Amino acid sequence: MSLYEVIRFALRGLSANKLRSALTMLGILIGVAAVILLVAVGNGSAKAISDRIEALGTNTITVMSTGRGGSTSTALTVPIANALVDPQLAPDVASVSPVVTASSSTMTYEGTEHSVSSFVGTTPSWFAASNTPVGTGSAFTADDEAQGRRVVVIGQTVAEELFPGVDPIDKQVTVGGALFTIVGVLAEKSSTGFQDANDTAIAPLTAVREVLTGYGSLNSILVEATSPDKVDAVQSEVATILNQRLKVSATASTTSRTGGNSNTSSSTPYRIQNASQLLATQTETADTFTTLLGAVAAISLLVGGIGITNIMLVTVTERTREIGIRKALGAPRRVILTQFLIEATLLSVLGGALGVAAALIGSSFEIVGVKPVIVPSSIGLALGVSIAIGLFFGGLPASRAARLRPIDALRYE
Amino acid sequence: MPRPVLDVRDLTKVYGSGEATVHALAGVTMTVDRGDYVAIMGSSGSGKSTLMNILGALDVPTAGSYHLDGVDVSKLADRQLALARNRLIGFIFQAFNLIPRTTALANVELPLAYAGVKAKERRRRALAALDVVGLADRAKHEPNQLSGGQQQRVAVARALVTEPALLLADEPTGNLDSHSTADVLEVFDELSASGRTIVLITHEPEVGDRAKRLIRLVDGQIVEDIRQSAVDQMPVGAMTGRHTA
Repeated sequence: MSLYEVIRFALRGLSANKLRSALTMLGILIGVAAVILLVAVGNGSAKAISDRIEALGTNTITVMSTGRGGSTSTALTVPIANALVDPQLAPDVASVSPVVTASSSTMTYEGTEHSVSSFVGTTPSWFAASNTPVGTGSAFTADDEAQGRRVVVIGQTVAEELFPGVDPIDKQVTVGGALFTIVGVLAEKSSTGFQDANDTAIAPLTAVREVLTGYGSLNSILVEATSPDKVDAVQSEVATILNQRLKVSATASTTSRTGGNSNTSSSTPYRIQNASQLLATQTETADTFTTLLGAVAAISLLVGGIGITNIMLVTVTERTREIGIRKALGAPRRVILTQFLIEATLLSVLGGALGVAAALIGSSFEIVGVKPVIVPSSIGLALGVSIAIGLFFGGLPASRAARLRPIDALRYE
Repeated sequence: MPRPVLDVRDLTKVYGSGEATVHALAGVTMTVDRGDYVAIMGSSGSGKSTLMNILGALDVPTAGSYHLDGVDVSKLADRQLALARNRLIGFIFQAFNLIPRTTALANVELPLAYAGVKAKERRRRALAALDVVGLADRAKHEPNQLSGGQQQRVAVARALVTEPALLLADEPTGNLDSHSTADVLEVFDELSASGRTIVLITHEPEVGDRAKRLIRLVDGQIVEDIRQSAVDQMPVGAMTGRHTA
């Protein structure tokens, strides 16, 4: 009996039970599609996170003081920041922006108040280094900074709160009892964390120190490297200069330990945060997320697989009788086995292929705000597992039944 | 003396073990010649179904020898057994046992397909077999669209389509009303008249009366073996024409 005949038998067997065949395929379809789509969603959100972090700028490092206010000898000051601009010791540094931050300062315009969550005082180079472009108006200039002019660039949120429907440029706002003139509004920025990145205001360092923070130490120094791959070099150059300036030595290092993702030695009074390290950490988090979703999807595939198993086993009574009849009519065991294996293969391969198609179609839509990105290996895995389950649980009962004596198969209940 | 189609010696079949042992067959010896029409009768539990299943190569005996058309069936491996069932035996079940949701024609073609007959030839022979049982016009019907008698006649067509040496029928009229029984028995009479060898089991006397030879089975042993008419004569029922009306 030719293989072609056996295939025709298998097709006839499948079409004789259309509803059952369709339901089995549906089970496989859902299992496969769920795995591929969920992994794609996890992968897509990981990509979205890393894209946002890359938008922050990966060619900068941030130097922060770890000494809590206290001793002035280890605080970051403007002279220290200026010392980082050194073509000999630090050739890869493109720009240095000292930063002071006044948290929750109230900005008032014609009786409307708004508490700005982060009021930053810095130099004009900060805009480029921190990847914060100005949307309308302009940034303040180096001259503004040198003269201590009271000008400010506000974020989108601030502009919407204080100037609904009004152009905020050249308006004057009161901050800490002093008048500031708005010269620009920042372009809309996507928020990466819990804080609203648009609820901010940027003013010249000198003005902010004079009005809000006083002439204490800097909060941080933003150092821009000439290119993203020079970030590590800049980090060590900056560390060398800082160690000199702050007279860090093995014995004098009494300051607190540094935090999580800085990679300076644990005894320095400052820590250096590297955006690419942040990126690595976040990517790791996103990978964990993908793994989690993958695990959920794997469970759904398992449940789907159990569903397939169930259908295959439930039908075995009827099929066992049929196998008994076929054996009584003189069908060799091999022919029966081949027919049932082909049936199971067709069901699982067709169902799996339809599942892949469904997942590919589904991935072209946004799911819960995330654009899914298909992981090719998840297709192979989901397809492989479902086909293996279909073959095993379709083939096993059939092979058991084919080995029975015809009379036992006929009597099977 | 031509060799008998069926030759069994000291056939025993034991079910279970220990105290629950049941001797379904306790040494059956019989021969059936070509062209004979044998009815095996016995009450429930007499072992007639067990004997039938062994004769049909669906089950294996515990002891004893079984020659079918000169072939020692008890020594065959699985592959050759399948071949023997296909070529030498046509089996008719009490419960018809047609493949569900499959047309009458496809059901009749099935043994030919397993025998490796080409599709065109298969179709021709299957239609011819359906014609013999008077159902050529129902070829495209599925089992659930046929009456019990028609289903059993399709099963008869399926059994004889491979031109087997032996037709075996296990209570072929057990599930049928009197009218359908008459239809099916008529088919058997015609087949016997055309020289087929038939062995059937039944517990209905009117079925046994039509056979050329009647064997009674009690507790797994043959207690009576009556020749009702000669092998080369027409069967009793066909001569009397009792059911032709």
